[in-house]
Amino acid sequence: MSIFGEVPQAAPVAVFKLTADFREDQNPSKVNLGVGAYRTDECQPWVLPVVRKVEKMIADDHSLNHEYLPILGLPEFRSSASKIALGEDSPAIKDNRVGAVQCLGGTGALKIGAEFLRRWYNGTDNTKTPVYVSAPTWENHNAVFSNAGFEDIRPYKYWDAGKRGLDLEGFLGDLESAPDHSIFVLHACAHNPTGTDPTQDQWKKIADVMKRKSLFAFFDSAYQGFASGNLDKDAWAVRYFVSQGFELFCAQSFSKNFGLYNERVGNLTVVAKDQDNLNRVLSQMEKIARITWSNPPSQGARLVAIVLNTPELFAEWKDNVKTMADRVLLMRAQLKEKLKALGTPGTWEHITEQIGMFSFTGLNPKQVEYMVKEKHIYLMASGRINMCGLTTKNIDYVAESIHEAVTTVQ
Amino acid sequence: MALLKSTKILNGVGAQAPVLAVLQLRASSWWTEVQMGPPDPILGVTEAFKRDTNPKKMNLGVGAYRDDQGKPFVLSCVRKAEAQIAAKKLDKEYLPIGGMAEFSKACAQLALGPDNEVLKSGRSITVQTISGTGSLRVGANFVSRFHNVSRDVYLPKPSWGNHTPIFRDAGMQLMAYSYYDPKTCGFDFKGALDDISKIPEKSVIVLHACAHNPTGVDPKPEQWKEMAALIKKRNLLVFFDMAYQGFASGDIDRDAWAVRYFIEQGHNVLLSQSFAKNMGLYGERVGGFTVVCKDAEEAKRVESQLKILIRPIYSNPPMNGARIASTILSTPELYKEWLVEVKGMADRIIKMREMLVSNLKKEGSTQNWQHVTDQIGMFCFTGLKPEQVERLIKEFSIYMTKDGRISVAGVTSANVGYLAHAIHAVTK
Repeated sequence: MSIFGEVPQAAPVAVFKLTADFREDQNPSKVNLGVGAYRTDECQPWVLPVVRKVEKMIADDHSLNHEYLPILGLPEFRSSASKIALGEDSPAIKDNRVGAVQCLGGTGALKIGAEFLRRWYNGTDNTKTPVYVSAPTWENHNAVFSNAGFEDIRPYKYWDAGKRGLDLEGFLGDLESAPDHSIFVLHACAHNPTGTDPTQDQWKKIADVMKRKSLFAFFDSAYQGFASGNLDKDAWAVRYFVSQGFELFCAQSFSKNFGLYNERVGNLTVVAKDQDNLNRVLSQMEKIARITWSNPPSQGARLVAIVLNTPELFAEWKDNVKTMADRVLLMRAQLKEKLKALGTPGTWEHITEQIGMFSFTGLNPKQVEYMVKEKHIYLMASGRINMCGLTTKNIDYVAESIHEAVTTVQ
Repeated sequence: MALLKSTKILNGVGAQAPVLAVLQLRASSWWTEVQMGPPDPILGVTEAFKRDTNPKKMNLGVGAYRDDQGKPFVLSCVRKAEAQIAAKKLDKEYLPIGGMAEFSKACAQLALGPDNEVLKSGRSITVQTISGTGSLRVGANFVSRFHNVSRDVYLPKPSWGNHTPIFRDAGMQLMAYSYYDPKTCGFDFKGALDDISKIPEKSVIVLHACAHNPTGVDPKPEQWKEMAALIKKRNLLVFFDMAYQGFASGDIDRDAWAVRYFIEQGHNVLLSQSFAKNMGLYGERVGGFTVVCKDAEEAKRVESQLKILIRPIYSNPPMNGARIASTILSTPELYKEWLVEVKGMADRIIKMREMLVSNLKKEGSTQNWQHVTDQIGMFCFTGLKPEQVERLIKEFSIYMTKDGRISVAGVTSANVGYLAHAIHAVTK
């Protein structure tokens, strides 16, 4: 008799299963439009040139060692990463009311923020405080918050499938009807999975309601720089909220914009009313980090800190980021053109209106199944494709396949 | 006019109403009621040490190995592995949720021995974790979610300070079994057996595989055997914490003996491993969590659930350290070099223990210091009382935790004399 006799087999995480299935597929035309990782036009992973450069610098520097980082992480990383999000001249930084916790990727940053909020946000037991995530959202948001103890996780209207764009009215309506002090998870830019972001005017409307109803803004920023190619442009929403006096969290990931996926480089930026509040918040986050991972991994943070704090390397990095963003923009433009040329029914403007790595094609589950089974093109059941999986070599095949799916499968 | 929200400030200033107006109002904030977290007792020691200007100061707080010059030590096999890895120009793609497969395999082999029946039959699962802490956390979460027959986790008294909050936060209830005998500064074998014999069936019992933290006191093999039999009789779920394999005696097989023995005796154990100390990979966060199951099918089910637990914490683990460890463990020349280097670290610690005792004798101490050399691993429970520790800090700038624990790794041939002198001064 085993104590684990009753442990059920858990369903695999969908996005990783997709890649596993892709790997096993022997068909030579196969295309992987699943996992969100950048690919070159040769469909290869791309280690940023600036990253290789700094890796070598680190490897050659024998004065460096592998000692523990502080619980909250590498100080130079935390402060420079926060500057990236809030801007070099951020008044909040000048007021000494910005702090950060180095975390294990964007997921880790969301985790620490969620655990803190559940313990301390509005009273000392927030298990019943509603947490709103966009409909749809990154599939792990739900699990992060529910595992942190939140029992009431609700969707807020976001994607309008009919018009293939933002359902602003629905979004604002949900903000209005949310109980005061609810927590809202907002995508800072390049919404995952829809690629649809509010405009600046729309963000202003959102912020207005949130301020009036004391709703908490928890930004998830996984694509800064990667969305438009411009760091400041992609950070506009977060900075606007800060300028409006919000206390907020911003979970930053450097997985995509630095291509450091497997080094788990993340930063939870905290903006508080003043330094005193900030310090108390950080002290409690430190306790949470200590019982989760004790202290974060040093390699990736070291690398990012060196780049962000060295002008020439920083310039080189911005250039590398623009390279990635530009390739995505090119694939968007080409895909749309090809679908139009094929006369594929429906409207395809959203392909170029959407931004970032992902596009919500609008394909329904049956059409997606067709793509996967018949055409060996792997995409998420939601119709989400990773634009990075497209190359000049496979884009014709993908466009034709989408055309077939749309015209033959209802 | 909106007055101060916090009554604490009002109480602090008494009834000086006019003064209130010029006091800085605590700005209206979400976080007004957030209390300042207490400083971490161990790291607090290092903070105080850093502020001290005494040139003779010694940091015997944090458990990180130092060489005989008191410097951090990067193993040569680690440098070599790093160079090898850099030359390969690997990509940075996400690892699977459970980490690097080659690492997990090598990690399990190191703990259980390559010819272990458990590994041959595939009836265990090992996932890469964020060092030892991350491993314990995943393990605690797993036990909390799936070990529905008991909420109780029994820790030795005392245990590593972070064990309690980790298991508590995972929803378990913390209990204790006797372990350290302050009278002998040794193992309270009889007390441990007595307590263990009363532990309710199916409870979780945490065992330190070797180099017990904080006491340095380990059971002898014959004692382990009796404990294994009793724990079997009580039908307890064994959770081994092995953070010092190789680092304790200098011999990796000897240090893993208890884990292997328990498994041989039919305990399907949980095991946390850390490579922070034995490979000096502290900040790279390299560890593993293993569940020994009934069979391969069960191991697959358990694996799937571990991934569900890990994904909402950090998605997947960091590659750098695991790749270094894996390279060392699977490259024969590097593995051989590692065994020599880890023995070197263990030997230096053992030497410092001997030197401390001989220096104390030279100082004229008449106390019994045998426990200093009987104990094993990085830490030594000196037996010093809080007042004596206080004096060591204030009068001699020698920093340690209040429980009298010293990190022997912080002792060098240059400062062991000063340490002996100071200890003698406060204990004579």
